[in-house]
Amino acid sequence: MPLDKRNAVQLTALAAVLLTLSFISLFVGVSSISPRDIFDLSPLQKQILSITRVPRLLSAVMAGASLAIAGTIMQQLTRNKFVSPTTAGTMDAARLGVLAGLIVFPGASLLQKTAVAFAFALAGTYVFIRIVERVKIKNTIFIPLVGLMFGNIVSSVTTSVAYRFDLLQSLATWLHGDFSMILRGRYEMLYVGVPLMAVAYVYADRFTIAGMGDSFAANLGLNYRRVVNVGLFIVAAVSSAVVLTVGSLPFLGLVVPNIVTIYRGDNVRKNLPHTALLGAALVVGCDVIGRIIIHPYEVSVGLIMGVLGSAVFLFLLLRGNARGARGGVGA
Amino acid sequence: MIQAIHVSKRYGPTTAVDDVTVTIKKNRITSLIGPNGAGKSTLLALMSRLAPMDQGDVLVEGRSVRSWDSMELARKVAILKQTNHLSLRLTVRDLVGFGRFPYSQGRLTKADMEHVDQAIEYMNLGDLQHKFLDELSGGERQRAFIAMVVAQDTEYVLLDEPLNNLDMKHSVQIMKVLRRLVDELGKTVVLVLHDINFASSYSDDIVAMKHGRVVAHGSVEEIIRQDVLHDVYDMQFDIHEFDRCKVCLYFLPELTVAR
Repeated sequence: MPLDKRNAVQLTALAAVLLTLSFISLFVGVSSISPRDIFDLSPLQKQILSITRVPRLLSAVMAGASLAIAGTIMQQLTRNKFVSPTTAGTMDAARLGVLAGLIVFPGASLLQKTAVAFAFALAGTYVFIRIVERVKIKNTIFIPLVGLMFGNIVSSVTTSVAYRFDLLQSLATWLHGDFSMILRGRYEMLYVGVPLMAVAYVYADRFTIAGMGDSFAANLGLNYRRVVNVGLFIVAAVSSAVVLTVGSLPFLGLVVPNIVTIYRGDNVRKNLPHTALLGAALVVGCDVIGRIIIHPYEVSVGLIMGVLGSAVFLFLLLRGNARGARGGVGA
Repeated sequence: MIQAIHVSKRYGPTTAVDDVTVTIKKNRITSLIGPNGAGKSTLLALMSRLAPMDQGDVLVEGRSVRSWDSMELARKVAILKQTNHLSLRLTVRDLVGFGRFPYSQGRLTKADMEHVDQAIEYMNLGDLQHKFLDELSGGERQRAFIAMVVAQDTEYVLLDEPLNNLDMKHSVQIMKVLRRLVDELGKTVVLVLHDINFASSYSDDIVAMKHGRVVAHGSVEEIIRQDVLHDVYDMQFDIHEFDRCKVCLYFLPELTVAR
């Protein structure tokens, strides 16, 4: 069938782009390692590869893929194309959780800190979903604005608490996505994304159905509440893991699912491989750009993502307006 | 058979459905008619467990909707709410495939695929099956949703204002399909209708509601009468019979004054 063939071509192209970017990513940096050295690495080069370059690449791939999928899930659950961990307070709540962990359990391990951040992210996203359910104005733009306001309120709490405890500097680490601090032993948290993506795949059809509304879901015998809860769990877990290891990656969870929707539609099961690949490619690409642009210094990936992401976001917004109240971005 | 027994539903201070007892007979089209706010859609939602009732009970085949397993009930009763605001980009075929969710939970088997193919063919959507829903006209989209319900293969099909926003041609098309579902496939269709003449021409039974209560229930013969409709709508109707089909005139200016 031609549709299946087109799908295969698109996936292969995405995979090829990701592989190319990954390859470049391994050989870009202050210490020069050339692809030609690959079979004859000096001990130092070996160390650099295994301690920083490979962990950096892996964390970019996993953060990109899992955060993009988290965005897809949130958009299905809220039935709004502009909702994502960045525009729903999830990231801000996770950051507040990191701070709470720092203050209450200063000696905690990374895993324990993630658990605290996760609890906060879950609570924050849950509050947002409840607000969305109560808000009478279901305008597409209004909902993410509510999310941004909510996120900013949470953020201001975080800042004032951090100020009182003199932790503002530590906080800055989690404000901006940055891979330069990724080392072996400090990124493995991101592997939680792998089983979570598997769960997302199992639940893919349920997310699609939930995206058609609660009565539509009830008609098909689906337990809407449970689907929402599973979705929230995945989103909160992914967001807190990413915030703790990498920092915020703005717009990623928003831009990637929207691009995939434009060329693939909204069937979550069919989209997941595309979303994961595109998310990973985007983050690896931005990280490479960040390392090349003012070489030998670095621009953080969060900044590059912010610039690129907001441009794409604007484009999507205007495109949505141009199409009026028609499906997808417009309605 | 679906029975509502003394069901009530309140939304805040307003009682949407007030102590309604009604029986929907099998293998017939039953139309729910009545003025805006009469409680038609709410009654439909109660009968399909979309909304919990405050009092009373709804029995599907003699068993309370509360005691049915929701997956099992999804293979027995299908409910379609108004869908024109739907913004998801799904292909027609994917949508129809979701109708098989109560059977396969997503992993479509070969038998499921056959049901999907049949439903698409039945609703004459073969050429459109790979199009996205947002590329279709209102009538085509409504047909796609009904195809999903056909694939869901339930005995009971409940539809909330399926003709909303459709022009005359598409309305007739949809009503003909519903008639075929009952006559050819032996299904039972319950729908909320605003156009009294569609209700008169295509239904077997009519349930007339007003202020949350059932004010009249019976065959088309029994309900499409001047006195009954006057009670339901508080306006004048002139009823004429063409080819054993009753047509109501109500839009003529001289009729709007109560006689």
